[in-house]
Amino acid sequence: MRYSKEGWFLRDSITLFERCIMLAFRSPGAIGLAFIAPASIMAVFVYVFGGALDIGDVSVVDYIVPGVVLLTIGQSAAPISVRFNNDMTKGVIDRFRAMPIAKSSILIGHVTATVLQNVISVAATIGVSLLVGFRPQAGLIDWLMAAGIMLLYIIAIMWLTVFVGLFAKDSEGASSMMTLLGTLPFLSSGFTPTDTMPVALRIFAENQPMTPIINSVRALLLGELLDDRTLQLALFWCVLMIVIFYISALLIYKRRTTK
Amino acid sequence: MSEKTTVAITIQGLTKAYKNNKVLRGVNISVQKGSIFALLGSNGAGKTTIVKILSTLIHPDGGSAEVLGLDVVKQAKQVRNHISLTGQFATVDEQLTGKENLLIIGALWHVSDRKEQADKLLEMFQLTNVANKRVSTYSGGMRRRLDIAMGMMGQSSIVFLDEPTTGLDPQSRLAMWNIVKLMSSLGKTVFLTTQYLDEADYLADYIAVLHEGVIIADGTSEELKKTLPQGIIQIQFNNELDLKKAKALLDEYPIRDDKEINTLNIQTDSSAKAFADVLNRINEINIEILKFTPKQPTLEDAFLILIGEKKEDV
Ligand SMILES: Nc1ncnc2c1ncn2[C@@H]1O[C@H](COP(=O)(O)OP(=O)(O)OP(=O)(O)O)[C@@H](O)[C@H]1O
Ligand SMILES: [Mg+2]
Repeated sequence: MRYSKEGWFLRDSITLFERCIMLAFRSPGAIGLAFIAPASIMAVFVYVFGGALDIGDVSVVDYIVPGVVLLTIGQSAAPISVRFNNDMTKGVIDRFRAMPIAKSSILIGHVTATVLQNVISVAATIGVSLLVGFRPQAGLIDWLMAAGIMLLYIIAIMWLTVFVGLFAKDSEGASSMMTLLGTLPFLSSGFTPTDTMPVALRIFAENQPMTPIINSVRALLLGELLDDRTLQLALFWCVLMIVIFYISALLIYKRRTTK
Repeated sequence: MSEKTTVAITIQGLTKAYKNNKVLRGVNISVQKGSIFALLGSNGAGKTTIVKILSTLIHPDGGSAEVLGLDVVKQAKQVRNHISLTGQFATVDEQLTGKENLLIIGALWHVSDRKEQADKLLEMFQLTNVANKRVSTYSGGMRRRLDIAMGMMGQSSIVFLDEPTTGLDPQSRLAMWNIVKLMSSLGKTVFLTTQYLDEADYLADYIAVLHEGVIIADGTSEELKKTLPQGIIQIQFNNELDLKKAKALLDEYPIRDDKEINTLNIQTDSSAKAFADVLNRINEINIEILKFTPKQPTLEDAFLILIGEKKEDV
């Protein structure tokens, strides 16, 4: 017989992870979007605005890579939260919940797939930037640290994505709530130094979480001096977002799956 | 244990409210093992609510529900081993192929020969030629068949189908009826919901009518037919005046008028005599009949009769 046992928890999580990955790769344009968006942004900044940016002696590509990475993560968040929202609102979750599988495997499947998807698109972004002239100066330790910060950010955004997917009434709602995330990097130190910005914007840009994260990753990748305070702030924001979004997502997941 | 019992599902005094909306007000149902049971009710009657309670998705406020002697709240995990749910709206993954959809469900049921099982079901549901096409290219009927095939991957002995034919064209509807009969011939207990009297009539061994939170009638379709209106005659007139005159002449028949389209719904015993009588009376005063249709009794008609009886009881 097919009676589920505790030991099958892992196997079910893997099956549901595979399902999410299949859906991610099949959804029209999802992968293309993850590639094309950062590549075109990179092209615009490097070839169109390139000469006009006042960023000192750093090359434009080198300067904008961390910003583009955050942009990439933000942009892939919308289709992912829509995918999660679809499962929650269109009855898929009910089919699964009426089966002998652990409720948490469903969440774990989505979460792990999201992280993998983001890691791939970040790697792709860095690949594209290397092609258009990105010249990192980082040693192994720097790379690992930069990767660690980006991973923390991915995890934070992943929980936000799950939360929005659960919270939104329908897929349009989920998608529009995530649009903000795709534009916020422009209001940070990602593409222009904050001291060139108008005052109001500058106060926002300097205090929003993306700026220390971007500055830390940039310093690490370009082999520049990274001051402790920036790094601490970056880590603080990542951890804070993870805690907040994780708790809110779990609370709402529980509420939505028990009645 | 309850090995010998022949009852698959028992519901007693089931209640459920959403805020002030008392959806279920004490529902009693008993479903025999291996039978096809139809829960008949109009929009918003609470059919889906009952299916969700039985399939362990939501908790009732009061009363009890058991599946194979297992309590759906306290023994939800065990219950899930025996049931399969096909919800009111198809839950197939559009971007995957039909076969992939089946294989995922098979993997979750830990079916070892899931490839063979999937092929068998694709064959049985006439989906073999589109097995490797994405579901987004399927018709509504194909999608619904796949949805139900997915429900069968786990080989559960109790199958819940929430409005399996709503929105299907007549041909797909017939195909679905055959599938339900087939399931039953495989020994499964089928619990389905429907808004259609003819569907319940054709498929079900036992029917229960849900209205305003309680079962207002139940029995085999033969038994119910004695209660439900048989020969509804629908007559449309040119104007409201004619309608009123005709209505006055026919006052000994249970009658319901729809003034917006100048139409009378007359309930008869469906005998030729009654038929002729109705027409003769109208002819006698020379009222022109615009349209004349003997009508299949609808659920609405059934409700009106059943509710009418309820009121008389009080
Ligand atoms: N989650 C919910 N929150 C609040 N009210 C609900 C909820 N689910 C159902 N209801 C209400 O409960 C009543 C019964 O709903 P239910 O879905 O069970 O009806 P149904 O018989 O399945 O109808 P239909 O034929 O339209 O599918 C309706 O009035 C509906 O608005
Ligand atoms: Mg329903």
